[in-house]
Amino acid sequence: MKETEIRKIAYNCRKATFLIEKQQLTSITIREKLELKIHLAGCSICRTFMQQSIAINKMVYNLFHSPAVTDLKLDDRFKEELQGIIDEKLNKS
Amino acid sequence: MKNIENQTIDIRSIEPHYWVARYADYLFTYAVSRLNDEDLAKDLVQETFLAALERLDKFEGNSSEKTWLTAILKYKVIDVYRKKSRGHEKEIKVLKDDGRDDDFFYPEEGNWKVEHWPLEMGIEEPDALISGEFTEILQKCMKKLPELWLAIFTMKHMDEEDTSVICRELKVTSSNFWVIIHRTKVNLRSCLQKNWI
Repeated sequence: MKETEIRKIAYNCRKATFLIEKQQLTSITIREKLELKIHLAGCSICRTFMQQSIAINKMVYNLFHSPAVTDLKLDDRFKEELQGIIDEKLNKS
Repeated sequence: MKNIENQTIDIRSIEPHYWVARYADYLFTYAVSRLNDEDLAKDLVQETFLAALERLDKFEGNSSEKTWLTAILKYKVIDVYRKKSRGHEKEIKVLKDDGRDDDFFYPEEGNWKVEHWPLEMGIEEPDALISGEFTEILQKCMKKLPELWLAIFTMKHMDEEDTSVICRELKVTSSNFWVIIHRTKVNLRSCLQKNWI
């Protein structure tokens, strides 16, 4: 790579964070991996961003997959009415 | 879309008289976690049962009742996403401009503006303990995201849906998809930092 190209990558946090996001969800090209590596080697801010981004993804996953956090209950009256509607439909057919 | 609802299922395992007792809370939780709206979730649970009843006679297969009801509900949730993100075409057009986010990054070189530098929040270590309070802030921050962004984010992270499916269902191009994924995280992270530190 030319020096100017490396300079561009080394300072482009927008591009680096974009690649950090993409890499967590799909594969990126070898060239992109290299670009990201060069950037992260010299940018502690984006290294922090990456650590936090991974942590956020984990949190979001847990948020939707741990039963304790998401266990909700419908009120009994609504349930009774709902089963009533279902039973009525069943009887008709 | 439609073939999910027509999916075949063993008629002998269908017991609609027990549906509400067995699955209503589960389906309600499923819908609320994806839509953040209890009233809407109630409506969708009811619609799901009714849609299933309509198709009772067609079932002869082997997916479980629960799986089948959840699949119907899932597509109703996606329908909501689709309706909500309609009229967001402008939002997408803005993104087409190479997804530049001048709020957080300087326009030319693309480096972080000093006031937006990510600061440590105590979540950086892989085994860091995340408090319930932090999770609450995360949920609040998610609610602040534009509808389309939240829909994409939720489908990707909650259901680990294929990118191509999300793009097709929400009518978003693949390049806009990645721009939105990126912007969503940059915004979400910034919101967490603002409310935590």
